[in-house]
Amino acid sequence: MTSQAVRLFRKMDGLFAVYKPQGVHWKHVRDSIESNLLKALNSCPPPAPQLAVQFQLLSGGENSSSKDVVLSPSMVPTLADHPLVTGPQFHKVHVGVGHRLDAFSSGVLVLGVGKGNGVLEHLCKSHVTRDYTLEGEFGKATDNFTHTGRVIEKTTYDHVTLDKLERVLAMIQGANQKALIMYSQVDLHTQEAYELAVRGLLYPHGKSPPILTGLRCIHFNPPHFTLEVQCVNETQKYLRKLIHEVGLELRTSAVCSGVRRTRDGPFKVENALTRQHWTAGSIIQAIAHFSKATRKIRKSGMYKQTAGQLNSSAQVQEQTRSQTEQINQEHVELSSSTSDTVVDRETPVTLSEGRTKH
Amino acid sequence: MHVCQRCVSLLLSRPLSAALQHSTRALHQRSHLTLLQHSTRHTLSQRHSRQTWRHFADHQAASPDVYNKIDLAQKQVVPLNSEVHRIDLDAAVHTSPLQEISEEEAVQIQVPSALPPESSTLRPYVDKSETLSKLVQLGVNLWKLEQRPNVGSMLVRLDFHADVAPRLLFLKDLGVEESKLGQLLTKNPFILTESLDNLEARVSYLKSKKFSKQSVAAMVSKAPYLLNFSVERLDNRLGFFQKQLGLSAEKTRDIVTRLPKLLCGSLEPIKENLKVCELEFGFRGNEIQHIVTTVPKVLIANKRKLTQIFDFVHNTMDVPHSLVAKFPQVLNAKFLRIRERHLFLEYLGRAQYQPSQPNYISLDRLVFLPDDVFCSEVALATLEDFERFQKTL
Repeated sequence: MTSQAVRLFRKMDGLFAVYKPQGVHWKHVRDSIESNLLKALNSCPPPAPQLAVQFQLLSGGENSSSKDVVLSPSMVPTLADHPLVTGPQFHKVHVGVGHRLDAFSSGVLVLGVGKGNGVLEHLCKSHVTRDYTLEGEFGKATDNFTHTGRVIEKTTYDHVTLDKLERVLAMIQGANQKALIMYSQVDLHTQEAYELAVRGLLYPHGKSPPILTGLRCIHFNPPHFTLEVQCVNETQKYLRKLIHEVGLELRTSAVCSGVRRTRDGPFKVENALTRQHWTAGSIIQAIAHFSKATRKIRKSGMYKQTAGQLNSSAQVQEQTRSQTEQINQEHVELSSSTSDTVVDRETPVTLSEGRTKH
Repeated sequence: MHVCQRCVSLLLSRPLSAALQHSTRALHQRSHLTLLQHSTRHTLSQRHSRQTWRHFADHQAASPDVYNKIDLAQKQVVPLNSEVHRIDLDAAVHTSPLQEISEEEAVQIQVPSALPPESSTLRPYVDKSETLSKLVQLGVNLWKLEQRPNVGSMLVRLDFHADVAPRLLFLKDLGVEESKLGQLLTKNPFILTESLDNLEARVSYLKSKKFSKQSVAAMVSKAPYLLNFSVERLDNRLGFFQKQLGLSAEKTRDIVTRLPKLLCGSLEPIKENLKVCELEFGFRGNEIQHIVTTVPKVLIANKRKLTQIFDFVHNTMDVPHSLVAKFPQVLNAKFLRIRERHLFLEYLGRAQYQPSQPNYISLDRLVFLPDDVFCSEVALATLEDFERFQKTL
């Protein structure tokens, strides 16, 4: 007979998404979720204490001599099983974090509980893209590319128009597309590679730098502007540096005032849990909601493992491409990007090569 | 944590035989003496484990009329250096278990207890020890206490009637509720080793400073370590608060009753916080007094978090010093909560914190109300809207 606590614990297996607030370290998020889950588990009633036979000295009943002490047995619950002596039933719940978010950024943070941690690994190794919304501000440059850093220089930005901004963004996109094709190690002269590129299924093999697969401006109100980015292998610092470089390209300077992740693979911001909902009940509901996506990720991950044993790399690419296609089909395609392809990591793509070529 | 072997031998000897009427300390000392004596004379011929040998030795010291076997074993003890070659290892010293014995001797057979000599938890000892079982029945969290180094051994060593009971009665006389005793002992088990004279002296000192009986009881419940501090330290702290804050005796008493932790901790962080309020924030003396009397927690708050909250409230929300001093609860709240709610109100165009303007929202309502009430009354929006807005921050 399993206890209520054990039954609740068995439900905590899978992936879910959380909305990380700005200014909070991701570790604090993970710790508070773990402590909330433990609180719920330990509030379940503990199992019944074991009974032990105790010989108690009771006075001999109706017999004449009351001096006679008789040892009589009785079943008494042992104090050793009392919850104040044994402690809480659960001490640890394994909660893992997917792609991390630094303290300045906010947004979707994927967490895995229990058996979901294994699937989390597959998610990290897979080639899913992430969606970010970057808020920028023209007019100053700081040391850490954010609006809270130490100001290094101040510039005018009257000459900046939406047209110029879009041109710069297009140039950056072009450089990233070239990098993408290069790191995906396909020869674009072949028919097969062309079809993949058209469908948007090029993705990297081995290591690659952060690459933007989609980039556009969604709001322009000088000095403030907002960019929407789809990328792979990125860090949030790279994205802030991107804003800085956009400013440089426009002959002015820019700082980033916000980095917000709106999507991490199949996990979107609409279903992410806000701080009020970081309780066991809501988390179990969210796990159930994402169970389908979790299953797909697990299947693709397992497939990749077996695929790794095959000899020819082309076959590997073919098979894993079909899996990632299924995952990518859930993503929203950006209108301005020609192909939404997936890449791996190594050294960052420098924009200087793009500039000299154009 | 290891409960030491001496303590376990104490446990073994005490509850098992009703015939032993010796006091704890006498037995303990005597058992130590016998341990020392017999350990030097321990021979190879003994088949008994060291544990049972010590056990028999204890009882041999305590009561002379013990089973014959031990006397036999005693005579057999020979110094190691002399007749080693004459010891026959196969010779059985014990008599046959089928040998008939009298009823008195049968009742006096001591069964060696199965208690382990060392343990990292208190679980094996709880049922056998009177102190521990009574503490569990009171509500003391033994599991938490055994995590702390040496506390477990200390608790096992305590005698209920000599050590624990007088202090519990003292606390009860003081006015501490029985339901709170368990929590108190869980936080501060060392109150059971503090001498009663000291405890009484400190309570009489507090009463001499005109703290009422109920307030002393409340202070002890809220700050369990209070009575472990010396009279000089308490005096020093009370003097500091009265001087530094410039408050009347009654107001100081009020603050200390509400937050007795002030008397327990170090004064350096409090001095730092006061300096920060005065110099960094720019509050005047009387404003600081008002803040501290309304929310004493500001004195022991984290300096960095306090600065972060004040910076946001004063610079971003544009709330002047006088308003912050009027509603110091805002300095005690969580920063994220203040930030999200303020940005939501700003987005809705309702961020009005000046009392002279219409649609004024007071800072304490901004901070104190739960989410649903805040959304319906202050922001005039739904909870879903607030959550959707949170995801855009």
